[in-house]
Amino acid sequence: MLSLREKDRPVVRKLLSAGCCARCVLRFCCVGSSSAYRRSYEDMHKELLAFVSEENSAQSHDAPGEGETDDPPNKRMRVDEDRVTPAEPDSNICPVCLGVLQDFCHPTFAKQVSDAVKKQQFEFDSLVLTVSLPAQLSVREHSCWLHVRKEVREKSMCLGKDDVIQVKDAFKWAVQGKIGQELGAAVLANSPCEVSVGFIHPETEEDCHFLANTCPDCFKPTKNKASIFTRMAVVKALEKISDEKFSRNYPCPPKKPNTRCSALDTSCLHTSVFIAGRYNKFSRELPQTPWVIDGERRMDGSVEELIAAPLLSSFRADGFNFSSSGREDVDVRTLGNGRPFALELLNPHRTKFSRTEIKQLQETINQSSDKIRVRHLQIVTREATSRMKEGEEEKTKTYSALIWTQKAIADTDLDFLRNIKDLKLAQKTPLRVLHRRPLAVRQRLVHSMSAVHLDTHHFTLKLCTQAGTYIKEFVHGDFGRTKPNLCDLMKTDADILELDVESVDIDWPPAIPD
Amino acid sequence: MEDSGKKGPSVIERYFTRWYRTDLKGKVCEDHCILQHSNRICVITLAESHPILQNGRKIKNINYQISDGCSRLKNKVSGKSKRGGQFLTEFAPLCRITCTDEQEYTIYSCIRGRLLEVNEAIMNKPDLLLERPSTEGYIAVILPKFEESKSITEGLLTREQYEEVLAKRNQQEEPC
Repeated sequence: MLSLREKDRPVVRKLLSAGCCARCVLRFCCVGSSSAYRRSYEDMHKELLAFVSEENSAQSHDAPGEGETDDPPNKRMRVDEDRVTPAEPDSNICPVCLGVLQDFCHPTFAKQVSDAVKKQQFEFDSLVLTVSLPAQLSVREHSCWLHVRKEVREKSMCLGKDDVIQVKDAFKWAVQGKIGQELGAAVLANSPCEVSVGFIHPETEEDCHFLANTCPDCFKPTKNKASIFTRMAVVKALEKISDEKFSRNYPCPPKKPNTRCSALDTSCLHTSVFIAGRYNKFSRELPQTPWVIDGERRMDGSVEELIAAPLLSSFRADGFNFSSSGREDVDVRTLGNGRPFALELLNPHRTKFSRTEIKQLQETINQSSDKIRVRHLQIVTREATSRMKEGEEEKTKTYSALIWTQKAIADTDLDFLRNIKDLKLAQKTPLRVLHRRPLAVRQRLVHSMSAVHLDTHHFTLKLCTQAGTYIKEFVHGDFGRTKPNLCDLMKTDADILELDVESVDIDWPPAIPD
Repeated sequence: MEDSGKKGPSVIERYFTRWYRTDLKGKVCEDHCILQHSNRICVITLAESHPILQNGRKIKNINYQISDGCSRLKNKVSGKSKRGGQFLTEFAPLCRITCTDEQEYTIYSCIRGRLLEVNEAIMNKPDLLLERPSTEGYIAVILPKFEESKSITEGLLTREQYEEVLAKRNQQEEPC
């Protein structure tokens, strides 16, 4: 049944005579039960007509109270019947929803949407349906609301704009059951998997344009938007505009269109999945991220690509974003327990993996190259990845560096390094990165150092420093821009020949026992 | 490795290209050396043949106030894009150096670009400039425009060309 009440009758009549479709009629009568919208359009339409014609006989009974308004409705009623009855509902495009709640609510459209999603081979057990409507639909909705309100006011009832069921909701109620059934997934209000349906209606695009004159401050051009008439801006302008001004600029009820909306391609988007772990880098010829200068690639491969490749194909993701707790230069190795990293997989088509499967993926990464090794690979939440970056400055890192000195050195010349604790450095942004970082002087601590003498001009320097300390610059001084530096401490020229990261002291992600 | 007082390439040799401009503004032997990093940043230094570095000269004063209205010490840059830095053309003076023999020399930018920083350390310790002219005794750091990073060095001499100039000077035996 239509769940319409006696008082809805004049509203129904008015809407039908304006050419509104059955579902829009229900919406403006504030019918809030989703099942009402799921019924076949033909049935609804027939019942509406029956409901309206009932009045003819009913009218004589309840005449007394509403006698004054009897005449006009009767006339309109006749006009309405002349126009609506002979025409097929399909060829009659609703001026309010522009067809969205007509043909597009038919199971064939739901099937079409489902097929488009199936084609992309997503694996999911729930989805959320989102609908994007042309901005001018808000203008038409407003116009229709004013039109109906006039009627309701005369009957001393009130109709808030919020009471009207939104086109979006009516559409979803009509189709989502069928879509869920086709795809074998629950359609929920929230789900990581989003199926988006969109409609456009070029014929009536100009509907919004008068708003730019009446409410210019709602329509500021923005860089990224193709049109200033965004749905948000239109809704805002409609909230501001007076009824009188609106009626002067736009017909109430809205004019009938010649064409119905066109549906945009259905798109399906799964929220990102995050994978974390720790990596070792054993090569001095492997950058962390692809190294491109002037559009030309400098070296083959990168840590992020080696890690991402097997994950991209298993999760069938469209792309990835790699982040890590700090980074090392191309010629620096990362040893020990490795460096924490997180990988955001964009629009993954498969997201459910068992522990064993993740373990196998880790194995695949490790088999693919001897330049890197990954451990503790695991799926984490987006929120957890912030743990990797948070407190980055307080964390410590330990390094091992091969140092050359100009002056000949003996074993005992290095003893003093051991006594230096929490040495405060002032590091100007190294020249090596100054082209892409702001110029600043940063205070950093070298917590401790120790040295192993190798020969008269070489030794191994072990350092424990605050994260963010530039080690190479601490050694050679970077044109005196890091103060003090190892040259100052040793009172000789010194240079760094090799550097290894021995540990990145962050306990994240949690260790996974073998 | 044993006994290798000299090792492989230095920091400058590993990351920088040396460029030269000789006899700046027609002043004999006033040679400058521009160290260009592979990331296009340039460090302006005195070439080893510059008169200030000859004959055990001593520096009395280094002045970055190049005119009443303009001091290179006031240069400030902010953000990744280094907004606000003074923009320099080839012959923009960076500083004036007065030696104890009252000779004054002007050091020039040599290239077009945005001034990132000047070396304030040499003001307090002018010996840095004399003892380590190509590292700690640098004069200034300049960031050329991205689209000019190749063309700015077109008018400059390479290390080999510079050495030829020096060799010719020696033949003429005109001491600087």
